[in-house]
Amino acid sequence: MAKPEPVPTPETQPFWDGCAAGELRLQRCLDCGDAYFYPRPVCPACGSTAVEWFTASGDATLYSYVINHRPAPGFEEDAPYAIAVVQLAEGPRMMTNVVGVPNTPEDLVLDMPLRVTFEQRGAISLPLFAPAGEAR
Amino acid sequence: MSTGAIIAGAAETNQIGKLPGYSTLGLHVEAALNAVGDAGLTFKDIDGIATVSAPGPVQVAHALGIVPRWMDGTGVGGTSFLLHVRHAAAAIAAGQASTVLITHGESGRSRVGAARFAMALSSPQGQFEVPYGMFGPTTAFTIPVLRYMKDYGLTHEQLAYVAVAQRRWAAKNPRAMFRDPITVDDVLASRMVAYPFHLLECCLVTDGGGALVVTSADRAGDFPKPAVHVLGAGESAETPLVSQMVDFTESQAMKLAGRDAFAEAGITTADVEHLMIYDAFAHLPIYGLEALGFVAKGEAGGFISDGHTEPGGSLPLNTNGGGLSYTHTGMYGMFAIQEGVRQIRGEAAAQVDGPRISVILGNGGMFATSGVLVLGRGDNR
Repeated sequence: MAKPEPVPTPETQPFWDGCAAGELRLQRCLDCGDAYFYPRPVCPACGSTAVEWFTASGDATLYSYVINHRPAPGFEEDAPYAIAVVQLAEGPRMMTNVVGVPNTPEDLVLDMPLRVTFEQRGAISLPLFAPAGEAR
Repeated sequence: MSTGAIIAGAAETNQIGKLPGYSTLGLHVEAALNAVGDAGLTFKDIDGIATVSAPGPVQVAHALGIVPRWMDGTGVGGTSFLLHVRHAAAAIAAGQASTVLITHGESGRSRVGAARFAMALSSPQGQFEVPYGMFGPTTAFTIPVLRYMKDYGLTHEQLAYVAVAQRRWAAKNPRAMFRDPITVDDVLASRMVAYPFHLLECCLVTDGGGALVVTSADRAGDFPKPAVHVLGAGESAETPLVSQMVDFTESQAMKLAGRDAFAEAGITTADVEHLMIYDAFAHLPIYGLEALGFVAKGEAGGFISDGHTEPGGSLPLNTNGGGLSYTHTGMYGMFAIQEGVRQIRGEAAAQVDGPRISVILGNGGMFATSGVLVLGRGDNR
C-alpha cells in the first residue's frame, strides 16, 4: 500500500503549487498581519478575508514529535519513524516528517534548527524538514 | 447553583471488555435497558434521545421504540456524552423534553457492526497530517507531550507513574480489565508504541456501553436511586488538527469547558472531592489537573507521583481505573460519567468516603474538544 497522497482543494491548491515549485507558501492577513497555516480563505486571528499568499523562508525549529512504532499503512518500511510538528520562522506550525537524521530521541532534539525540503509522492510534492544546513 | 437537571438512571452494559457476541447497536440497547431500569422507568417514559453517530439517535430511538420530541446527535469524540448531558439539561429547562436517554455502545475491540475508520485525504487533516504517517490516537494525541516535558521538566518516570496510580484504583474494581499491580519499571519496560509512550501508558481497546437518564431536578425524589444533580457543565473546542493547538503544553478546550462548568456550579477546586479525567493516554490527567486549576502549570506530574490522586490521597482521580486500566471502548466519556454517578450515589467498587462533588473532564478527538460536568448530591451547598 502506498503512502497517503494529499488531495488538494481549491483553498489549498496554491500551497501545493508552491511545493511543486520548491517553495513553502503560507497565507498572511493584510489587515492584522497574522501569518497562518493550514490554508483557508479567512484570517483565524481577526476574521478578515483580505489575505494573501507569500513564500515563507523554509526555516523552522523542532517543536515536538513522537516516534511511531506501529506504522500507518504505507509506512511499514519506515518504522519506527518520527511524526513531528515544526515551528516555522514566520509563526505557524505544521506537521511533517524529519529526514536527513536518524529518527531517534538522541538525534531529534527539541528546538533544533530545520529547513524545508520536498519529496515527490505521486502527483504531490510533500514538504518535509531536515536539519538546517543539510537540506538540498 | 445547578443546571436544574439530575441523572436519575445510570448503568453500563452487563459486561465490558471483549464482547464479540454484541454489535455496536446491541451494546446501545443493553445499556439503555439497564439505565432505564435503574431509573425505574420504561422506554415509554423517554421523550428525548442523544447519542453519537454511528448508529445515531434515530437508529437508537427506533430500536427501542422511542418516539423522540427532542434529539441530539452531537459527535465530537469521546467526550460527546458529557455534552449530551449539558444539552439535555438545557432542553429540559426549556421544556423541549422531560426525560432524556443518552446512550453509548461501541464494539471498539471486536468491531462488530462498527464503522471503518477512514479519513478523507482532501480534508485538512487528510492533506496536512495523514501524509506524515499520522494514524489514529496513538500518533496524534501523543505528539504534544515531549514539548511539555522539555518546558516543564516532566520526567518519563512521572509519566509512567500515572499508569501506576490508576492501576491501584483498578485493583479495587472487579470489572476493571487490568487489575494486577504494576511499577514504574514495568511501565517503562512495556513495548514502545509511540515514543515516549509505552503500551501501559496507552488506553485499552474494549467493547462495552453505558447509558444515562436525565430529567428535571424537581423530580429528584421520584426514582429508586439517589438523584445525582448536574450542578454545572461546560464544553469547548480547540482544533481538529493536533498540530494546530495553540500551545502544546495545555488544552484550551479543557480550560474553557472547566471554567464554564465550575462557574455554573458555583464551585472552586477546593470543593471537589472526586475527579475523573478522561485518560486515553497517561499525559491527559496531567493536562487536565492543570487545566482545571487543581495544581499550577508544570506541577501535575509531581502531584500524581507524590500519591495525591491514588487510593488514600487527597484528590481521588480516575477511581474506576480509567481508560488505562478499567475500559476504553473508543469513546470513554460515558464510563467517566458512570463512575462519577456511582461515587456520588455511594455505590462505586472503590468507593471514596462520601464525596459531595464529583467533576468529570472529557476529551474528544485529539485535544480537539472537551466537556466538563460537575455532579453532586444536591445537599452540598
